[in-house]
Amino acid sequence: MFGIIASIVDGVLVGSVYGLAAMGLTLIWGVMDVVNLTHGSMIVAGMFGLYFLTDALGLPPYATLPPVLVGGFLVGILLYWVGVHRMIGRPPLMSLLSTFSVNLVLIGLGTAVWGTNLFNVEVSLPGVSLGRYTFPGTHILAAVLTAVIALCLYLFLYRTRMGKAIRAVAGNRTAAELVGIPTTRVLSFAFGLGVALAGVSGMLIATLFPFTLLSGDAYQLKSFVVTVLGGLGNPTGALLGGIALGLVEGLVTPFVPVSWTLVIEFALFVVVLIVRPGGVFTFRRASTR
Amino acid sequence: MMLRRPFFWIIALVIAAFALAPLVGNDVQLRESLLLAAIYITLASNLNLMLGYAGYVNFGNIVFFGLGGYICVYLMGVPGWPLMAAIAAAGIAVSLLALLFGLGILRLRGAYFALATIGVNEAVQAFVANFEPWGGSSGLYLSTEMFKPLGGPMQALWAIYFLLVAVMGLSLYLSYGIKMSKFGLGLLAIGQNEDAASVLGVPTPLYKALAYSASAFLPALAGGLYFFKSAFIQPADAFDLTFSLEAIVIIMLGGQGTIVGPAIGAYFYEELRGWLLTSDTFSHFQLVIAGALLLVIVQFVPGGLMGWAYGRWPGLRRVLE
Repeated sequence: MFGIIASIVDGVLVGSVYGLAAMGLTLIWGVMDVVNLTHGSMIVAGMFGLYFLTDALGLPPYATLPPVLVGGFLVGILLYWVGVHRMIGRPPLMSLLSTFSVNLVLIGLGTAVWGTNLFNVEVSLPGVSLGRYTFPGTHILAAVLTAVIALCLYLFLYRTRMGKAIRAVAGNRTAAELVGIPTTRVLSFAFGLGVALAGVSGMLIATLFPFTLLSGDAYQLKSFVVTVLGGLGNPTGALLGGIALGLVEGLVTPFVPVSWTLVIEFALFVVVLIVRPGGVFTFRRASTR
Repeated sequence: MMLRRPFFWIIALVIAAFALAPLVGNDVQLRESLLLAAIYITLASNLNLMLGYAGYVNFGNIVFFGLGGYICVYLMGVPGWPLMAAIAAAGIAVSLLALLFGLGILRLRGAYFALATIGVNEAVQAFVANFEPWGGSSGLYLSTEMFKPLGGPMQALWAIYFLLVAVMGLSLYLSYGIKMSKFGLGLLAIGQNEDAASVLGVPTPLYKALAYSASAFLPALAGGLYFFKSAFIQPADAFDLTFSLEAIVIIMLGGQGTIVGPAIGAYFYEELRGWLLTSDTFSHFQLVIAGALLLVIVQFVPGGLMGWAYGRWPGLRRVLE
């Protein structure tokens, strides 16, 4: 019994990091109605950011967080101008295809240059022991960092001028433009922020598990599941959705082989989409576009 | 009625050309490249029913091809069914699955649906890789005995080729037939404006589910034939992301929503691919170039080649659909 509880607690710790990734996805969706299909490769970019910064420059693992955050933001702004800007306001089909094709270019370049080998970054942190069980220190620290970043994001969105502009554009782009908000700049900023969150979550995931260049697909799917749990376009819901997904993972791991988790998560995804397309963690009226 | 339209006969000519070209001089190399083109056209035309007509992108279209392959190889290898029965069973089973799934998932709109199709792809792959009766991640083999009823491996390859050309022809006629029908008009209306279509009496969830299911049948047949030909199937080949992507590139290149588009797109893409594979510099960058091509088309020429040609010569619309 205690084993199951320990597994659930660990699942929740890891799940919060999935929530962080999903916050990036959902922020972009909420602000500009674009599903960012480069999300998976940006998570992988964060993973490789950790690998190369620790391996080549010898930085301690957690010191790579600021450079990954800033790098992700800049890459995100670049991606906005390459793949998204011309798609704003066009049918969803077009922005999906556009980000999909950018993702292909990135994954194609990555596999051609680095191949699809397994990478692993050793991070040694003392764990916390409770009875017979030890919670790995990396899992705890990842969850703590996630909480800090989520808090910072909240303060940014609700307390700063740019954050308020982002929320205004998400609410009504035309009205925001009429009151003098430079919407294009806000959109590119929000896209950069979303990608930065994806990159940081990738960096944190890479401290927990080994990864390959193609790991992004699985984590992207997890982000989708989390986002529909939390309601598309709702960052707070995304964090709760991540924790819920982690809880489910922790609950099934003792009973089911690991390779089945993706199938279970997908089943959950379909059920949620059909039963509550507005999200499980949406308490106010949700927009179901 | 259909017989009097010139376009009906244009399709027939294309099929005849596919069937006869490799027979002249017994050209096996040409046959192999046309075989691939036939698969591309099959995948692209069927995907076009969703993407071009109804305006719903289906990133998981390769699932139909792969599942069709698995069901066919399994039925032939384990209970020992004959080829035709196994292929028919694969097509029907995959279509029914798609209909069931479609009825649930297609109540979703736009981006939600696209997310679901990506999920289908990942989940079916994960499922097949773990499903022991289908050999898990190591896959299924067929013995060369299976080619005996068709008169040995050499004859079997020709038979498979003609069957694939037939599947391709059926795909083109299916696209054409649907476009000429009330069902097709309903789908096109959904693609234009789903709310308006629904208000005007188009049963949108049902039509979308039917289109999804119809677009599953022929790719499943093609998958069955393709993996019977290689006598081997494993998850990585069956659900090859490249095929899935290529079908999308082909449609967008040729022109979404048209019937000639996927065929022309398949031809140009096949040429480009052949050139890339033989080039020293670019052979590793096939995905990159396909992706970049798609990006340029989506951003600058969303109508594709046919959209451009229609704009240039408006009279073309009356001859080529």
